[in-house]
Amino acid sequence: MIEGFLRQDGRKGIRNVLAVAYLVECAHHVARRIVDKVDDPDVHLIGFPGCYPNAYAARVMEAIATHPNVGGVVLVSLGCESFDRDRIAEVVRASGRPVELLVIQEVGGTAATIAEGIAAVERVRETAATTPRAAMALDELVIGTICGGSDGTSGITANPAVGRAFDRLVEAGATCIFEETGELVGCETIMAERAITPELGREIEACVHKAERYYTQMGFGSFAPGNAEGGLTTQEEKSMGAYSKSGSSPISGIIKPGDVPPTGGLYLLDVVPDGEPRFGFPNISDNAEIVEMIACGAHLTLFTTGRGSVVGSAISPVIKICANPETARRLAADMDVDAGRILEGAASLADVGNEIFEAVVAVASGSRSVSEELGHREFILTYKAFDPIGPACLPLARRVSA
Amino acid sequence: MTQLILLHEDDNVLVVVAPIDAGDPLTIAGGTVPAREGITIGHKVARRALKTGERVIKYGAPIGSMVAEAQAGDWVHLHNMRSDYIAAHLRAAPEEPE
Repeated sequence: MIEGFLRQDGRKGIRNVLAVAYLVECAHHVARRIVDKVDDPDVHLIGFPGCYPNAYAARVMEAIATHPNVGGVVLVSLGCESFDRDRIAEVVRASGRPVELLVIQEVGGTAATIAEGIAAVERVRETAATTPRAAMALDELVIGTICGGSDGTSGITANPAVGRAFDRLVEAGATCIFEETGELVGCETIMAERAITPELGREIEACVHKAERYYTQMGFGSFAPGNAEGGLTTQEEKSMGAYSKSGSSPISGIIKPGDVPPTGGLYLLDVVPDGEPRFGFPNISDNAEIVEMIACGAHLTLFTTGRGSVVGSAISPVIKICANPETARRLAADMDVDAGRILEGAASLADVGNEIFEAVVAVASGSRSVSEELGHREFILTYKAFDPIGPACLPLARRVSA
Repeated sequence: MTQLILLHEDDNVLVVVAPIDAGDPLTIAGGTVPAREGITIGHKVARRALKTGERVIKYGAPIGSMVAEAQAGDWVHLHNMRSDYIAAHLRAAPEEPE
């Protein structure tokens, strides 16, 4: 049974971490020092480096600061940056979480703010420790999936195995999210047929076409040199493999970063910005995709890799599923599930799908994932621009809010 | 040990699931051909002779087109195939913003 951390909005977390957040790169060092000195695996560093305002970044930071896995927040501001520190402090406070705000220019510089910050973490931690526990059912879980360092094995082992696990989780009422529309180019027609309404199907096709246009303007598809070294030749080949992570459930809706799905079921996260490309590549690395999943409420993320990614994440644990048997041997100490056995005939897709499902339950119940245990707490957030999702994007049956 | 698998009956390429060394006998389309070169896991091999311009089918879906010929058992990758998406897309590319 999963024993969750019950938040005041009725959502439940599988962790009770404290977030120390820098609100501009100029406050990064101070925030990192606070986290290093506290040296607690459940105190995580997050932040936004920019000095210019950005509605998307503010929304993602607010969503993560009030994520069900977060028990309290310490904000570190330099003082002159654009980020609206009073607003995010108020959002966190209104959510019922303890929050402290330190402004380096007011506290008196680096050393003074680090000392104040350590004391602030102690106070926030004390309050967060009193968070009530409550039984948590599978249908309260939000699970994301991404792939990174894909190769020619990803689409035949780890990705379809995650698809099997997603089918079981959706069946149990959980919310599952897949993403990266730039890696779904070529799959839009078959994907649209899985939409629960024809209107949603048209939205799905439109958002993949948007990704096509965007990546073409960037001059590169979502395709890294390692993908080709691993046997993938074209974007559409990579897409077909990536798409299999979504399993076979009907698609219930499209969300954008910061939107929390209103019901259980399978959702597509549209990560490609709207309007003219302004700030560069949609997601500059896998870590940025994980951060967006978390902003959509993901309690944990299933990460498939063929070449061998080692990353984890702040706030929500990452479970690593290795697609390639050679990589699984070479990077064995970084992987939670070895899907490469499928290629060697040592396990079936169904076996590995069940192992992933069991790993989700175990990590949700408090077991540390491998990347979590190794101390991986990657976090990156950059500039983007989005329009709100359209009316056809969400199912009508909304989850009753507490 | 099986070195090649067929993902979908419509496919004209096979996927390498165990390393192939040059000279290894590859069982393809009822016959056996020696591998021309070493090929690593995750890569593709022609299931039959493929002509220039022919669609490459994997997972039962088109994943690009041949830009050179290949014999059954040949490695299929960037040197003899390319994306249809990139090519098709460049023709329909939107105007650069002013």
